[in-house]
Amino acid sequence: MKQLIIALFVILAAPVLGGFFSGIDRVLTARMQGRVGPPVLQPFYDVFKLLGKEPIAVNQRQVAWALGYLTLIIASLVLFCLGGDLLIIVFVMAFAAVSFILGGFSVKSPYSHIGSQRELLQMLAYEPVLILLAIGVYLQTGSFMVGNLLNQSTPLLVSMPLVLIALMIILTIKMRKSPFDLSTSHHGHQELVKGITTEYSGPYLAIIEITHWYELILLLGLVTMFWLQPVWVGIILAMAAFFIELVIDNICARLTWDWMLKFTWSSGIILCLINLGLIFAHGKGVI
Amino acid sequence: MGIINKSRLKSPWLLHYDGSSCNGCDIEILACLTPVYDVERFGIINTGNPKHADILLITGGVNHRAARVVQNLYEQMPEPKVVVAVGACACTGGIFHDCYNMLGGIDKVIPVDVYVPGCAARPEAIIDGVVEALKVLAKKTSKEVAV
Repeated sequence: MKQLIIALFVILAAPVLGGFFSGIDRVLTARMQGRVGPPVLQPFYDVFKLLGKEPIAVNQRQVAWALGYLTLIIASLVLFCLGGDLLIIVFVMAFAAVSFILGGFSVKSPYSHIGSQRELLQMLAYEPVLILLAIGVYLQTGSFMVGNLLNQSTPLLVSMPLVLIALMIILTIKMRKSPFDLSTSHHGHQELVKGITTEYSGPYLAIIEITHWYELILLLGLVTMFWLQPVWVGIILAMAAFFIELVIDNICARLTWDWMLKFTWSSGIILCLINLGLIFAHGKGVI
Repeated sequence: MGIINKSRLKSPWLLHYDGSSCNGCDIEILACLTPVYDVERFGIINTGNPKHADILLITGGVNHRAARVVQNLYEQMPEPKVVVAVGACACTGGIFHDCYNMLGGIDKVIPVDVYVPGCAARPEAIIDGVVEALKVLAKKTSKEVAV
């Protein structure tokens, strides 16, 4: 019963919070560019407007995949907030991304197809780091359960600082920020018209937007996980990560996909492996 | 006025198309997006995708080649939508009006809601035109029975 209430609360509160963060994102981005920027509630205006537009779907599969994307992201967020298995959460997130990609492939537009192919490459770039993050949590606590982290006396950040840096690189891809906003991008940025979301319009685009809000909360939750005792330090950590992502977004140009793969695989995976090696050596009493 | 109608006025996304303009008006439209004018204050975003757009900004008159493109773009935009003709050429054909290849103003091909005169139209005038277009959008949506 208690779990049901938590799940309901998460489903209702996450989009409100996510939309609010996305508004702050737009205002801060505008300020960094020397502009005044839109009101903080702008993402909500956008989504309500989209919901009120004429529904034009290219085909029914497209709508089904968009809804699949939404439900799977909600599922992974609820699992996370209930203290579920981190490995399952990562896999459900991957399923969500695949659903989004298939939505992009279900139409005939070449922009949408290239966007989907780039989204596949992005998955190739970030999935290894997310799985190594889960393995790190296992090595540290002896369990994949997020809930177990609450019982730890020392926060994850102390033992896994390099994994956090790798996660920050991944965050750039997942939040669709420059330099890695290859498949589709936010605000007024354009790439391949609008990449994977080119063929979505009206209410279906609103579904994608709302999913991004849930995803943003899930990603910030992953950062918060690095310091759960007391939890407010973790929340400050997540806010700092969010701010750093915005700075990176504003100082970087968009890179090509092979740069993304080279960078995430060389820096991200190696940082994670070094960190995991250190934890392992520490466990064996070498260090 | 429901929340959806209010949101429509707060988040107009633009699609900009160059019919057969000399690029003078296009440069002025892009100037609106710079920090000096910052149209994102009004929630305006330049989308570049007709499927996401609410307002179609067209510069330049329409020639035979561009006519079907303009029509196609207009048809791809989901309702409710408005069209703004920016500059003298888009309003009437301008100095090109008696060229052999010109059809004339944008309203020869699709219904235009707001005309922004000027050669080239100033960014202030373009922003005014878009704000005027929002009033047209409000009128269009208030006629609908249910949203």
